[in-house]
Amino acid sequence: MKLLFAAVLFTALFSFGAEARALSGRADSDPVDTLAFVSPFMEDNESCFKCHGQGKYEYENELLGTTVKALMCPDQIIRREDFYISNHRSFSCTDCHSADYDVFPHPGELRMELKFNCLDCHGGDETYSIFSFEMIEEDYMRSVHFKLEDEGFSCWKCHDPHTYRINMRDSRNLKETILYDNNICLYCHSDYTRFQLLSDREEVNFLKTHDWLPNQASHFRSVRCIECHTQINDSILVSHLVLPKDRAVKLCNECHSKNSLLMTTLYKFQSREKRRDGFLNGIIMNESYVIGANRNAFLGTVSQAIFGLVILAIVIHVIFRIKTRIKLKKG
Amino acid sequence: MYLYPLWIRLWHALNAVLIIILIITGISMQYTDKDSLVFIIDFAAAVKWHNVTAIILVISYIFFVIMNIVSGNARYYRINRENLFSEPGEQIRYYVSGMFRGEKQPFPVSMERKFNPLQKLTYVLIMYAALPLVIISGFGLMFPEITIAKLFGVSGFILTDILHITMGFLMTVFLVIHIYTCTLGAKPFSLFRGMITGYHEPDEE
Repeated sequence: MKLLFAAVLFTALFSFGAEARALSGRADSDPVDTLAFVSPFMEDNESCFKCHGQGKYEYENELLGTTVKALMCPDQIIRREDFYISNHRSFSCTDCHSADYDVFPHPGELRMELKFNCLDCHGGDETYSIFSFEMIEEDYMRSVHFKLEDEGFSCWKCHDPHTYRINMRDSRNLKETILYDNNICLYCHSDYTRFQLLSDREEVNFLKTHDWLPNQASHFRSVRCIECHTQINDSILVSHLVLPKDRAVKLCNECHSKNSLLMTTLYKFQSREKRRDGFLNGIIMNESYVIGANRNAFLGTVSQAIFGLVILAIVIHVIFRIKTRIKLKKG
Repeated sequence: MYLYPLWIRLWHALNAVLIIILIITGISMQYTDKDSLVFIIDFAAAVKWHNVTAIILVISYIFFVIMNIVSGNARYYRINRENLFSEPGEQIRYYVSGMFRGEKQPFPVSMERKFNPLQKLTYVLIMYAALPLVIISGFGLMFPEITIAKLFGVSGFILTDILHITMGFLMTVFLVIHIYTCTLGAKPFSLFRGMITGYHEPDEE
């Protein structure tokens, strides 16, 4: 009985010994080595960051001879720590922005400055061919987001060029990758003020619209919004064809099955990189567990064999019982 | 002989229904597939039914444990430690060969001995080991946020699930054997009748 109690206790401990990181949905991972990188334009960029790098800035009012402190518009703040780990960290601010920004106060006409699009730099360039920017653009142009271009939607709404960093390809911790990616969607879809800039729709409470989803919090931590809200594209790593809400995946079996959709979306990159390890869709299990998609082939075979042997034993037993009964009747 | 009081019969019937629903819905979830009709019940329905049934099973199990103590029924489960394996072994030998040679039951049912040693051992293992493990691991799966994230580098959720399905499988195997051995009474349906009426029909002499 002591052994039995110990076994139950052990199970209870590992089942209920919740860790803070499991609750928060964030886990440890090696941060990008920002110390090793020193931008060749650090000094030049600092003339911008001294005002735009934080929430507060100062300038000299030469007419009054005073120092004025003011708050920076939140959308104009680019934090150094985010910029210098972003994909564009080696850039000078004036690579993309007018050199006229050196003047303060900035000339008013700079507000009309045209902004580069992703394809302006990345389109048709062999260096970036693995990212298939052209295909991404094709996907995007068929997505619901593209319909909002006239309202001001662009690649930048999701991929701020000042802070965006490649995520899935460099992923060392899938939970963090999922959090990062979902925050891109939630930046507008959970902030109605921002959402209103692009749409006249009434405020949508996405927790309520997803209340049909069992273990909602667990799903939000374990998969990206785009798993269900985009159309699968085998040619690119991350599909950009965002579908209308009525075409979103709503059938559990799409993910919870042997041919899980997640193998062609969330786990596509890793499943290409790593081989399976005895579990069906084993790659899924490195970070999470999807009922119906993960099945241990060994346990499956063993259980079927045991079950088959039990049935066989019963059949043999029944035959012997019948034979014995016949023998007894014959006397 | 009146051996099965009403509360046991009601609990047993409820438990049987719940376990069968849990097995069917559990298999449906484990073998769900979008491309073929391997699954028996749609995944979403299977999850809902599995969860609801499991909660009722937990309540039913607590009722069983309490009533077992209160009514004194627990004494029938008391295992003779000295003959922990020899007596069940004797019962197995009877099932495998003795009964075909016309031997008498080594441990006939009486008011003092409702279960033979093999029944006692398997019932104790199922009711006081497998079922608690299934319930504990089931809670871990129903509330993933309380399940440990990693144990020795492996997802705690996987370990919890493997424990859950392994115990569920063992209980399924037990159920099949249990139903079959219930045909080994005086007549093939005697023991089933006994669990409905409460009266045990004595074995044929």
